[in-house]
Amino acid sequence: MIRLALWLLGGLLLGGIVHLATVLMLPGMATQNAYARVSAVAPVNAVIPIPPPTPEKAVMPFMDPAFAVSVCRYDLSRGTLKFSVPISPAYTSVSFYTRSDIAYYAINDRAAGRRVIELDLMTTEQRAALPENEEITAADRLIVTSPTTTGLIVIRALAPEPGLISAARAALAAAQCRRQ
Amino acid sequence: MRLLFGSVFAFAIAAAIGLGATWIALTRGTAYGGVTIGVWTAWPKNGTPGIDPYARAMVARTGELPIGSGDGVAFYARVDDAGHALDGRCDVVLSGITPQARFWTVTLYDPEGRLVANSVQRQGFTSQEIIRRSDGSFEIMVGPRARPGNWLPTGGVERYVLVIRLYDTPIGMATRTGREAPMPSISKRACL
Repeated sequence: MIRLALWLLGGLLLGGIVHLATVLMLPGMATQNAYARVSAVAPVNAVIPIPPPTPEKAVMPFMDPAFAVSVCRYDLSRGTLKFSVPISPAYTSVSFYTRSDIAYYAINDRAAGRRVIELDLMTTEQRAALPENEEITAADRLIVTSPTTTGLIVIRALAPEPGLISAARAALAAAQCRRQ
Repeated sequence: MRLLFGSVFAFAIAAAIGLGATWIALTRGTAYGGVTIGVWTAWPKNGTPGIDPYARAMVARTGELPIGSGDGVAFYARVDDAGHALDGRCDVVLSGITPQARFWTVTLYDPEGRLVANSVQRQGFTSQEIIRRSDGSFEIMVGPRARPGNWLPTGGVERYVLVIRLYDTPIGMATRTGREAPMPSISKRACL
């Protein structure tokens, strides 16, 4: 009886380890995460509009239908990236995600404070390799450091009314993300 | 023989407990660090690098992108004020005001995060589309049949989720109470 109880206890402890291990391993093993879903429609280092969500079909679940969305799937392994997007009439935001869909930085049009959101994206190593030149590191150059070499830039523009969605899409169509 | 039986027994328990707990944690949405105001819950931390492992696993499983904390915050409601699950065959009234934000949207999804088909192609409202009372509060009728005013159709689905997203808002991880962030109430009326 005691022996059985010991086996049971052992099983429970092992179960706890199995639980923690599966939770920690799942993000690395997921094949249908947002990065994989976007990769299926977006080439590397280019801005691509994401089709608006409909009841039948959506690239990702829980997308906000009031927004026009474009993505840039970036790869910094061959150099840093220059990103720019003109702000749309209502509300524009730029969010940065790592390869495993962790949101590490987001900025909106008001925080950027201009007609165009412009920034440089680089890895920590590339940033460290930048020459210490005051003109380059001037305040007008926003530098975002990516924790991973690949990831997603998601650009979103709000259409406050359905009729304004084309204006939001037009602003996003002028977005650029290219290697320097 | 006894050793073999014992270890098989222990491994079976381990697999059942471990995988079962993982499955429950990921499907029931038991992420930590939520901000709950009435029936609405948001996880502002999921939009930061400090996202907890359970939320990471959940996001990886569903394939959604959490809203970045510099962008906004999303509040989810799955039940009404009385604790009943939101049923698309009933009339539900969403009324009140929203916390401070430059823009907000309210959207209706099925529990898997898909938009719900309906005859008028309406899946939500933005803060600019809403018709308000003179004091600035609003009332949205959520139900299967057409209503005057702000009508958000449910398409008659059995279960749905309401999501209010606040954009460019001071609401975030530091928010704790409903006084700081008044969210609309959800009350059920008649059912079909």
